[in-house]
Amino acid sequence: MIRSRTLLRSLPSSSGSSSLRSSAAAKVTVGSIGSRSLATVSDPPVRHYGGLKDQDRIFTNLYLKHDHGLKGAQSRGDWHKTKDILLKGDSWIIQTIKDSGLRGRGGAGFPSGLKWSFMNKPGWEKDPRPRYLVVNADEGEPGTCKDREIMRGDPHKLVEGCLVAGRAMNASAAYIYIRGEFYQEASHLQQAIDEAYKAGLIGKNACNSGYDFDVYLHRGAGAYICGEETALIESIEGKQGKPRLKPPFPADVGLFGCPTTVANVETVAVAPTIARRGGSWFAGFGRERNSGTKVYCISGHVNNPCVIEEEMSIPLQELIEKHCGGIRGGWQNLKGIIPGGCSVPVIPRSDCEKVLMDYDSLKDAQTSLGTGAVIVMDQTTDMISAIARFAKFYKHESCGQCTPCREGTTWMMNMMDRMVEGRAQEREIDMLLELTKQVEGHTICALGDAAAWPIQGLMRHFRPEVEARLAAFHAKNGQTLFGGRLLSEADTRYAIPDNLGGDAQRNIAQVSAP
Amino acid sequence: MSFARSAIASTRAVVARSGKRGFTSSSSRKSESLFVHRDTDYNNPSIKFQFTPENLKRANEIISRYPTQYKKGACMPLLDLGQRQNKGWTSISVMNEVARLLDMPKMRVYEVATFYTMYNREPVAPNFIQLCTTTPCQLGGCGSTKILETIESKLGIHAGQSTKDGKFTLIEVECLGACSNAPMMQIGDEYYEDLTPETTVKILDALAKGEKPQPGPQTGRQTSENSAGLTALTSKPYGPGEFCSPEFQ
Repeated sequence: MIRSRTLLRSLPSSSGSSSLRSSAAAKVTVGSIGSRSLATVSDPPVRHYGGLKDQDRIFTNLYLKHDHGLKGAQSRGDWHKTKDILLKGDSWIIQTIKDSGLRGRGGAGFPSGLKWSFMNKPGWEKDPRPRYLVVNADEGEPGTCKDREIMRGDPHKLVEGCLVAGRAMNASAAYIYIRGEFYQEASHLQQAIDEAYKAGLIGKNACNSGYDFDVYLHRGAGAYICGEETALIESIEGKQGKPRLKPPFPADVGLFGCPTTVANVETVAVAPTIARRGGSWFAGFGRERNSGTKVYCISGHVNNPCVIEEEMSIPLQELIEKHCGGIRGGWQNLKGIIPGGCSVPVIPRSDCEKVLMDYDSLKDAQTSLGTGAVIVMDQTTDMISAIARFAKFYKHESCGQCTPCREGTTWMMNMMDRMVEGRAQEREIDMLLELTKQVEGHTICALGDAAAWPIQGLMRHFRPEVEARLAAFHAKNGQTLFGGRLLSEADTRYAIPDNLGGDAQRNIAQVSAP
Repeated sequence: MSFARSAIASTRAVVARSGKRGFTSSSSRKSESLFVHRDTDYNNPSIKFQFTPENLKRANEIISRYPTQYKKGACMPLLDLGQRQNKGWTSISVMNEVARLLDMPKMRVYEVATFYTMYNREPVAPNFIQLCTTTPCQLGGCGSTKILETIESKLGIHAGQSTKDGKFTLIEVECLGACSNAPMMQIGDEYYEDLTPETTVKILDALAKGEKPQPGPQTGRQTSENSAGLTALTSKPYGPGEFCSPEFQ
């Protein structure tokens, strides 16, 4: 093949009797190569994501400009032909959700249709136990404030979503676990539930479909860990919110020992609209496997922080420039962005320019979409102190059940606090990283992982800054030992053991000798 | 004489220093709050607590939301109800009463009351200020550090303390979930968002006078929309059946 192509190419040059003829021949050969198209790859059409139109926004009352009650909700299309959706049956709803490509909006991004189908195992009808849908409205991830806007602006979307999702998994009741601090949100939601009961939309014979479904509201009392699904279940049962070991998974043994599925507010609330507008409509947004619309919440150093529903896969830079008025002091003033709430690693500006806001693109950038909570940090930010504050957050919120997390978060906080000051040895950066690796994956729930990732992200991209901080401290105060004690404070009558950084002294001697 | 004294002093210093070395000992870490209950004159089991008839009705309604064999699910909402009735804090008597109502061992209620941060086990002032100081609030707006300084200097207390006149209690809390409206604080049940030092002082002044300032963002925006003008949801929301697939139109 290759030989024949070289032959073709060499033809015009070899037959050089007339320049006119040769150029014509060249044209022909080029044309013939083009038509052969053996190894040519046509550029795929470039699709630009973002620029969602209002008519495709699911949450039309995100900013509380309209009535959040039943009447207002119905005028915006909620509870429209819900009965028909219910009568379509569980497998139709699940298939629609599968077609839509909806992935869980709470952070893990598990395909929702698949998750809901776990409830309908073969022979589930023979199981006499009640079945529950639990909605996770315990929005506590720093940076995240999307469910709050959904619950106070569009509470009926959530209540209707409970009914539709509940029908899909043949649940008998839904518990909405809302964080205790959300008082206004809880009262709007309770109002929506009461109105829906009164109008016969939920309760016995919901929407006249012959299907019984109850919705209850359960208010939390301030514990981040209750956002973990099994901790949330424990909490509804009136216990401490300490995650359970899995298996058994909640779909087998969950709330009150019954089959349960826990889903995020946004995931549940979009279900009725997807059912009405079709899975393909929802799948039409965003890249493949990352389809749909998403409510993003942007906080930190942007000119106009806001909550916004946009298309999945919108470029991060565009999201900020278009909806938040850009970074304070311009894009060049950007230092780093945490794209998915505090438990995902930070990415530097160079990455921020490239990434799209979806699960896969952010995963490629070694971070995660999380909850879509974008925390922006400009050049004035003390990155070490920002991450150290997260370490303190995790220390505060660790439930104390697993030792690696309970102790590890405290150690991480202490080490990070020292690094903010610079009171540490360079080797301690690696010790800290090793510590994060020993916490990560060694706990029952993902809080340990979540505590480890921000620190790993910091060291991955901003290690020079940390090292410079340590060097500045050392230059001012002299060498420190492991654990933050200054060498000048150490008792020199005794040898300093290696585990306190005794070798550091020798290093210093070597460095300062010439 | 003076030489001898200084020699003693220096030996003392050496002793103190060697005491600090601590090969194997790590410094004891005190928890943020005490998890044991100690009887005091204002908080002991002999102080009676009972739900008012109105709250008892509400409590029964809450209990009915849970399966009958899982009455204890109502533990958290009932503790909250009790706390509201008991001037914003959960005394040992409140916990005992909840345990009695739900047929739970008392210890199970104590476990819950100590685990969750929203149950105050010490009395708090009527204006219970919870200032969020987690990173998004630390970064956003003017930053929560400034707000903390403002409140501390205005009220003359530090986080974790109450004012002498018994009007304000201030604590620092972790993320309250209003990050696009940072910095923010919660006073009682209400969120006060988009704070600046000036608006913070205004809110505190109004509360000190017994007024109730308007909750929500203090900059004039309604919720968490773009403050420079809407970039989305500018058109009239679509109505029932619009854009739906044919069978749902």
